[in-house]
Amino acid sequence: MHAPVLVLAVGNPSRGDDALGPMLAERLERAALPGVEVIVDFQLQVEHSLELEQRRLVVFVDAAVNGAAPFELRSVRPLRDASHTTHALSPAAVLETYARVTGNEPPAALALAVRGSSFGLGEELSAEARHSLESAWQELLRVVTTGEGSGRGRSAS
Amino acid sequence: MTETISLETATRPGLRRVAIDPLTRVEGHGKVTLLLDEDGRVQQARLHIVEFRGFEKFIQGRPYWEVPVMVQRLCGICPVSHHLAASKALDQVVGVDQLTPTAEKVRRLMHYGQILQSHALHFFYLASPDLLFGFDSDAARRNIVGIAAAHPELARRGVLLRKFGQEVIRVTAGKRIHGTGSVPGGVNRSVSRAERDALLADAGRAIEWSREAIHLVRRLFEQNLPLYREFASFPAHTLNLVRDDGAMDLYHGGLRACRADGEPIFDHVDHATYWEQVFEEVKPWSYMKFPYLRALGPEEGWYRVGPLTRVTRCDFMPSPLAELERRDFMAFDDGSAARSTLGFHWARMVEMLHAAEVIAGLLEDDDLSGNDLLLRGERRGRGVGVIEAPRGTLIHHYRVDEQDMVTRANLIVSTTHNNEAMNRAIREVARRELDGRELTEGLLNHVEVAIRCFDPCLSCATHALGQMPLALELLDAEGRLVDRLARD
Repeated sequence: MHAPVLVLAVGNPSRGDDALGPMLAERLERAALPGVEVIVDFQLQVEHSLELEQRRLVVFVDAAVNGAAPFELRSVRPLRDASHTTHALSPAAVLETYARVTGNEPPAALALAVRGSSFGLGEELSAEARHSLESAWQELLRVVTTGEGSGRGRSAS
Repeated sequence: MTETISLETATRPGLRRVAIDPLTRVEGHGKVTLLLDEDGRVQQARLHIVEFRGFEKFIQGRPYWEVPVMVQRLCGICPVSHHLAASKALDQVVGVDQLTPTAEKVRRLMHYGQILQSHALHFFYLASPDLLFGFDSDAARRNIVGIAAAHPELARRGVLLRKFGQEVIRVTAGKRIHGTGSVPGGVNRSVSRAERDALLADAGRAIEWSREAIHLVRRLFEQNLPLYREFASFPAHTLNLVRDDGAMDLYHGGLRACRADGEPIFDHVDHATYWEQVFEEVKPWSYMKFPYLRALGPEEGWYRVGPLTRVTRCDFMPSPLAELERRDFMAFDDGSAARSTLGFHWARMVEMLHAAEVIAGLLEDDDLSGNDLLLRGERRGRGVGVIEAPRGTLIHHYRVDEQDMVTRANLIVSTTHNNEAMNRAIREVARRELDGRELTEGLLNHVEVAIRCFDPCLSCATHALGQMPLALELLDAEGRLVDRLARD
């Protein structure tokens, strides 16, 4: 039986602010909240669509190179995506792949896009990202415990 | 954005060099620059992949035993290949030239799991939209979910083959990402009988689906033969690993280089002395290095690596079904598929079948469940690990001091080996498709299709939301920007 809430955090811990996703996931794993499962990967891929089965809510967590600081919380709907040269899917494309492959409606989904600014190999987290991390952590906790978006940021992606 | 440097090259009079601006470096997307000569013809194509900088600096100064784990962070797409190439190099540092049977087979299983899942993703999700929908179809349709909409069974197989390969990796590496299974001198875990049985349950299906994928590519060639023969094709020298008997071996072997016509340049060269055969050139307009075969020199010595090279430049494949398919591929249309750039897709599927057969064979081998995991020998100061990663030959070379710290690292990744070959493929496409001085969606589509044959890591390791995959720029003979086209 899968946990009803899945947090799918992506990013590379050794590429500066790209570590935001894995760092938030690590905090969440330490919190060990009942009913919440955390999966961390370098990037979203097609097989992650299979992780959506039997979920009530999926929260995608990733660093963002644009958008509002310190973070945006967006609802995500299945969407065809054109970024097919990157070896990585957008959250919307993961939902779409799930729907197409399983024939089922995907679960409700949110994307927590945490603003970063520097993504060089071997870099530490930037000052901006450290600030974003704290704000985003409070929001992530609230979302996984209440299952609701706050309305901050755009409403869809 | 680019800036031109007013420095004409001695070897390329009439052209100007181009530098990449800092914004491009941060964003981590691929960019193609087409350079026109004074008659307005495409003289050169340059693919800039800016993420391949800083690899060596990232590793230097670290204790050697950390390296097999940390190098996985160099690339989010093929972390297992770096994990294993580093381990192979550091085997030599801890004085081990031959692993225990269990350790070698666990590593091989991990590697072929990586090959299978990587090739499955590329064919079922990245390449098949190009092939099934046509090169000129809308980019919004030629994508991952587009293929799922039009061919749901193909999409399902792609997902499940990926999952199978990932499961092989998880069982052998300990975790699906940031694995720790391979260590200098061996491995730290074996594969239990129960784990082998669980994987064996799906291995037959992986073999069958791989065969069917090969036959699908064959049909596509048959249906579009003139296009498939010619598209982005050019003669290229090659480099790959082969086993002592000339068989394909993606985990270990000697280096083989051939001229474009197949004539050997060298064969069975000890990989630990790669640097005597492969030199690297630096060019001011790119962060990527330009490796070349020393015997042919920097101008003529560029070469191509990867599935098309490996399948066409091995003597045979040591798995029965894959070998039958390899022979069919080589004979098709008097060898035209084996010479064409789109032949990469066919060759990749033959390799996927080979990987599935190797995995199935290894899972039946009781050595996988052995307890003899690790060896130690006399400590050495240097190690070279070479592996055939999904995209081609991957070289890790380290020097380690007496305090166990890495003092020097040199990595040549598959996409770097293919650097000039990709430029040639793009140039071929641009010469046929560029009409006048305006970049079109059609040209961008064709450039993408040509690049995708090589399956490069365009945005290696960092995937923050909002990145741009590809931009195309056209520069005249004076280095002035004529046109620019980008795709989000």
